[in-house]
Amino acid sequence: MIKNIIKVGIADAGTVSPPDTIRTSGLGSCVGVVLYDSRSQKAGLLHVMLPDSSLARSGDINPAKFADTGIPHLIDQLNLPPSRLKAKIAGGAQMFQFAGQKDTMRIGPRNVDAVKEALSQYKIKIVSEDTGGSSGRTIEFDPVSASLHIRTVNVGEKVI
Amino acid sequence: MSYEEDITAYHLDILREIGNIGAGNAATALSALLGNKVDMAVPHVKVVSFDEMMDIAGGPENIVVSVFLRIEGEMTGSMFFILSTTQAESFIRTLTNNKSFNFDDIGESELGLSALQEMGNILSGSYLSSLSDFTNLNLYPTVPAIAIDMAGAIISFGLVELSQAGDKVIVIDTELTDDGEKREGANGQFFLLPDPESFKILFRSLGVD
Repeated sequence: MIKNIIKVGIADAGTVSPPDTIRTSGLGSCVGVVLYDSRSQKAGLLHVMLPDSSLARSGDINPAKFADTGIPHLIDQLNLPPSRLKAKIAGGAQMFQFAGQKDTMRIGPRNVDAVKEALSQYKIKIVSEDTGGSSGRTIEFDPVSASLHIRTVNVGEKVI
Repeated sequence: MSYEEDITAYHLDILREIGNIGAGNAATALSALLGNKVDMAVPHVKVVSFDEMMDIAGGPENIVVSVFLRIEGEMTGSMFFILSTTQAESFIRTLTNNKSFNFDDIGESELGLSALQEMGNILSGSYLSSLSDFTNLNLYPTVPAIAIDMAGAIISFGLVELSQAGDKVIVIDTELTDDGEKREGANGQFFLLPDPESFKILFRSLGVD
């Protein structure tokens, strides 16, 4: 069987079934959220850019851009009850250090908090996470093994 | 309606001229620093998606050396000076007069990065001061921060402000080429990403509606 890698862009979401894997590249302050169901081996990946849709200053919003709208959007795409889903998350780094800057500079940690808040509203358990730090991440999820591969430039590779 | 829909071809020409003046001054400063002739390409002004923005920098996983600063004052925005790691090493070798510099040597890399940060400071300072002279707007750059990482991880940070207003980026992209190096393609890229509210201010300062 031919294995494809499904790519998810920034502020985007996608779903995957075996034997394919799903991947998003260059997460900095953004957070990659994987929701998966071990029984059906269906999974989805969301590349969150901003914590809350109340930050949006234009009318029609892209739900995948925000943590609070992105999680329900991905659940809809998976078309599975939230009670069957588990989560793995990665990202939310602080790419640059600035002293005494305004809140938007702390966007990484705020994204992580918002993702956790949204997941807890649906009572979805976070099985593992690799968040924070100051390195960019590329992540790839295999729905068969439910493993999330994380590659960084400075820290190397790991699997969570 | 998103802010970028108000931008006409005439506006894009003005933004291209801003890139021309700003990066032209930065190229002169770089030339003085390196003691080489530095060429500048005609700036590109593009309205692109976030993913396309990463592609302009070589793709989200492309490892780059980046000097980043925020522009504060009467107009706001983000500015990046992006280099490949080999190009950054070559600049550092010239600046520090250390012919064997490379990023793998941890003991040396701190001094090298500090030299590069200072170079970023000078280049972005000359870009912004010419922009400020041209528009008569008061602009205050933050102290530049430096990072070596994936282009996607670095540039998405500069999109935080404008992503709150839409899903498109207006980027003023200018490439610099160091004539002393006979290498393919551009050696460095300047990205100027004004925040959405800044376009009106920018155009009004130049007498354009």
